[in-house]
Amino acid sequence: MREAIKKGLEEALDTDPNVLIMGEDIGEYGGAYAVTDGFLSKFGPERIKDTPISEATFIGTGIGAAAAGLRPVIELMSISFSLVGFDQIVNMAANIRYMSGGQIDVPMVIRAPTGAGVQLAATHSQSFETWLAEVPGIFCVCPSNPKDALGLLRSSIKNNNPVIFAEPALLYGLKGDVPDEYYEIPLGSASISQEGNDISLVSYGAGMKILHETSEILAKENISCEIIDLRSLSPIDYDTIGESVKKTNRLVAVDTARKNGGIMAEVVANVQESFNDWLDGPIVRIGADDVPWPYNKNLEAEAYPSSEKISEKILKTLI
Amino acid sequence: MATLKEEKNKRVKKTDKEKNQMLELFRQMYLIRQFELACGENYTKGNIRGFLHLYIGQEATAVGSISCLEEEDYIITHYRDHGHAIARGLDVNRSMAELFGKKTGLSKGKGGSMHLFDSAKKFMGGHAIVGGQFPVATGLALACQYKKTGGLVVCYFGDGSTNQGTYHETLNLASVWNLPILFILENNKYGMGSAIDRVRAGGEDFYTGVDTYDIPAAQVNGMDVLAVKEATEIAVKKVRQTGGPFYLECKTFRFVGHSLADGQKYRKSNEITEWEKQDPLVKFPKWIKSAGIATDKDLEKIKSEVNKTVEKSVEFAETSEEPSKSELDDDIYKK
Repeated sequence: MREAIKKGLEEALDTDPNVLIMGEDIGEYGGAYAVTDGFLSKFGPERIKDTPISEATFIGTGIGAAAAGLRPVIELMSISFSLVGFDQIVNMAANIRYMSGGQIDVPMVIRAPTGAGVQLAATHSQSFETWLAEVPGIFCVCPSNPKDALGLLRSSIKNNNPVIFAEPALLYGLKGDVPDEYYEIPLGSASISQEGNDISLVSYGAGMKILHETSEILAKENISCEIIDLRSLSPIDYDTIGESVKKTNRLVAVDTARKNGGIMAEVVANVQESFNDWLDGPIVRIGADDVPWPYNKNLEAEAYPSSEKISEKILKTLI
Repeated sequence: MATLKEEKNKRVKKTDKEKNQMLELFRQMYLIRQFELACGENYTKGNIRGFLHLYIGQEATAVGSISCLEEEDYIITHYRDHGHAIARGLDVNRSMAELFGKKTGLSKGKGGSMHLFDSAKKFMGGHAIVGGQFPVATGLALACQYKKTGGLVVCYFGDGSTNQGTYHETLNLASVWNLPILFILENNKYGMGSAIDRVRAGGEDFYTGVDTYDIPAAQVNGMDVLAVKEATEIAVKKVRQTGGPFYLECKTFRFVGHSLADGQKYRKSNEITEWEKQDPLVKFPKWIKSAGIATDKDLEKIKSEVNKTVEKSVEFAETSEEPSKSELDDDIYKK
């Protein structure tokens, strides 16, 4: 996964002189998650810019640079740190185009590690892509595998709007095939990660691994699961979800972020509104517990959704 | 920095070009004043809604400083943005129409008074989150540096914004990266209703504190258009020479409330009357006449033309169409 993201960034730097990267310790240090390791010597300090620890200011610097014709990619060390720059992302990046009547574009990508599962406790384990997905004027994506990471990153950097590119912290070491031939994955497109007939399971990012484990458990009960990877939280691809629901007539939505106010609340409500006639049972929604993320490994695992919890709930509710 | 009086003594004979420049400064300041008065009137009539922050009293700061800029330079400012917009030459009709929320407005009626934009004139907004414009100014300056355009960024801000974290962060980053930004503080002594001495440690002068960030700084009488112009010329020259930031504090005053909703209970007694003695719309024309640049008749002619311009802008705004409902979700995303 790390290599796929790195490849996407290198490609953009190689092909578009207007692309530059800014963030804390991305240059000499090589990046908190080592994604930009080696970039400084390859592309130089004018394009690989180490910033002070001033999130609001370097995010806003990205906005200004984008408004003046560059294509900055901003790296945050954690999506929890986006809160320090939320004013710039929400009030500025997302609104400037609309407030100016379409005069000013902000082609900027904000990359940020997201999610729990790596024992970083309450301030470093949150998933604020779910908050940002609510804001009109920005796109929001989150890949679950290396192939999607590269395809989505290519589209994100070429996009002419602000894009939040959330990278599940749990998945940097994930291995997976990446095609040699060039491809892009459009923003706003979900994918069918596994075809099935009986139940549609939907999640994104780090939730995908849990869905595949759940499918294996249910397969033993002769239940065939179709697995949908949301990939894009804004906009959400309701066509793909809807087609799957029309086939299976059952939907289970899983969030590795906190359940309360999570993106799956939105998915569930929209499916209910638009595809109710095809549903043969209640929609099941599972998310992380509504608690601050604990440091302790066992407590963290307790708050995190698991294939055991999900399959148990499915068997109890839908079957 | 020179005062009006020194300026008068220094230059007795002026070329026609210089005379025209002086008259243009007067015309712009008078246009801003009349535009703002018309805005106030139309706010009372209900034609302009939302928050309306008038620039009355501060005209010399925007006009004096913007007169020193080139086309490739960016301007970014705060929500009290009408003065800067007019000084930059934004279309008066479309500015007024924006305040009326009309389709013909600069932002098609989607931004309003606090969010005036004109990208063709590199006027990058009116920004209404106090201090929110600082980081964006930094990015515009980074682009100037990166693309080697030779341009600079003028970032206007009020004294109230200096207690935001972005102010300090941005001064630091502009210095560390040596970015071409001219920071222009419009110190009008109040952040909404809070006097500086109630919210700031370190007194009423700001430019001295900028040493911390290793940025050259100066202070000028922001009520004196020629002094502002001269100080800005020096500052702009310095930014272009060094490629790095400069900080100019303009001591100024708004003669009216923070917004039209402000009863000004926080003002010290006689304060407004005292500052009105420095009204640039009184002092500057007086000087123009005493310096032999123009006569009362010349000035009356300018005033009469400006009055017509403002009247026309109100008429234009009044008779312009409302945006259609179908435009609600236009302009959110660039395709």
